[in-house]
Amino acid sequence: MYEQIARNKRRTVLIILGTLVVVGGLGYLFGLLLGTGPVGLVVALLIAAVMSFYSYRYGDRLVLRAARARQVTNEEEPRLHNIVEGLAIAAGVPKPTVYIVPEQAPNAFATGPDPQHSSIAVTQGLLDTMNRVELEGVIGHEMSHVRDRDILLGTVVATLVGSVVLIAEFMLRWFWWGGGAFGGRGRRSEGGEGGGAFAILAAAGLVLAILTPLIAQVIKMAMSRRREYLADAEGAMLTRYPPGLASALRKIAADTTPMRVANNATAHLWINQPSRVPGQGNHWFETLFSTHPPIQDRIRILEEM
Amino acid sequence: MLAVWIVLGLIGLVLLYGIVTYNRLVRARVRTENAWSQIDVQLRRRYDLIPNLVEAVKGYAAHEREVFEEVTQARAQAQAASGVKDQAQAENQLTAGIRRLIAVAENYPQLKASQNFLALQEELTGTESKIAFARQFYNDQVQSLNTLIQSFPSRVVASLGGFQPREFFDIEEPARGPVTVRF
Repeated sequence: MYEQIARNKRRTVLIILGTLVVVGGLGYLFGLLLGTGPVGLVVALLIAAVMSFYSYRYGDRLVLRAARARQVTNEEEPRLHNIVEGLAIAAGVPKPTVYIVPEQAPNAFATGPDPQHSSIAVTQGLLDTMNRVELEGVIGHEMSHVRDRDILLGTVVATLVGSVVLIAEFMLRWFWWGGGAFGGRGRRSEGGEGGGAFAILAAAGLVLAILTPLIAQVIKMAMSRRREYLADAEGAMLTRYPPGLASALRKIAADTTPMRVANNATAHLWINQPSRVPGQGNHWFETLFSTHPPIQDRIRILEEM
Repeated sequence: MLAVWIVLGLIGLVLLYGIVTYNRLVRARVRTENAWSQIDVQLRRRYDLIPNLVEAVKGYAAHEREVFEEVTQARAQAQAASGVKDQAQAENQLTAGIRRLIAVAENYPQLKASQNFLALQEELTGTESKIAFARQFYNDQVQSLNTLIQSFPSRVVASLGGFQPREFFDIEEPARGPVTVRF
């Protein structure tokens, strides 16, 4: 279990480094195209660094506010508090702050940069529909996200993907609107023989600008899905009772109440992908770019434990 | 000359392994001690809860003196117990006493429905599940510490450093209700 945490930390570092290389590369290419040299690289890295830092420090507060979560005291919700504290003990982490989201769809998420500053939020619907063992299952899942620093991983990945998208967007816009004019100037200053190389660079830049955000997005989704399976398994290990979480997931799957606060930016945080479409669960297009594995698969795996 | 370097290198490697392993052992021992203090906190919380619980039941069933005495005595014994094994035994006794007390309370519908008793019961259930979780965490830590102490070659470092294997804390699990599914 401590090995798992160490591996996750290493992977976070690798992902950050890898994405910084991609961001830097994109920025550098952009700078070459604009004829500004390494300025593009510096600006791109700066954007990525500032965004990462900001989301590391304040991401949890933004997420909680976006979900309209309200902090609850021990006196208001003793059952929820007892369960959260118990599973924090089982996971060997400090007790997270407890929030309630005023939504009727049963769902939950965890957030925070590290186990010392983490929060767990559940919807009112979850509290109303789940019994103790099911609630323990859900909180156990969230607690293993907290312990393994998945939240940090998720936040960092989301931010880096965001900055890749941002830079690629800049490049695309530039190709669309100003590319000709700027390119013309660049060619003149470099002289005639630079033209062919410039065209190749521009083509590569265009392809990269279109492809990288997609690839980044796919990596984000794939990683998020893997983490979900893992959190299910580890959550079940914390409660030592897989049927609890399985039963909770079955209830969550059966519930089709849409969530008002659902949006793409925070979808990967929830225990089950929130749906806006009322009455029919997730749309097939949502499944294609899904942040979560199919809930039936998760239930099946838990039942086989 | 080469042979000297090889020997020196090997000694260096062994020393390095010794240092790393010693630190791992220390870390495992600290984790185990922390885990035990977590159990202690929760056990204490349960001791604090018992007088309130007894008072609440007394208000409706003053004549069930036997049960009250049994629970109070078990509590005193558990508080006095020392050592992992004795503690576990005393706690099991106390758990059995509390079960009987709750069973008595079940016979008084008015008591069962009172806000005070319901709150106490939630507190008790919560504390007992926390004891179970703390025990689970402690036993996990004990297991990794003991594995390190007993497996070769780390056992050499452990015996040089005077590390002792710890005892598991064996208490009865609180019963889990059947999972009912409502759609």
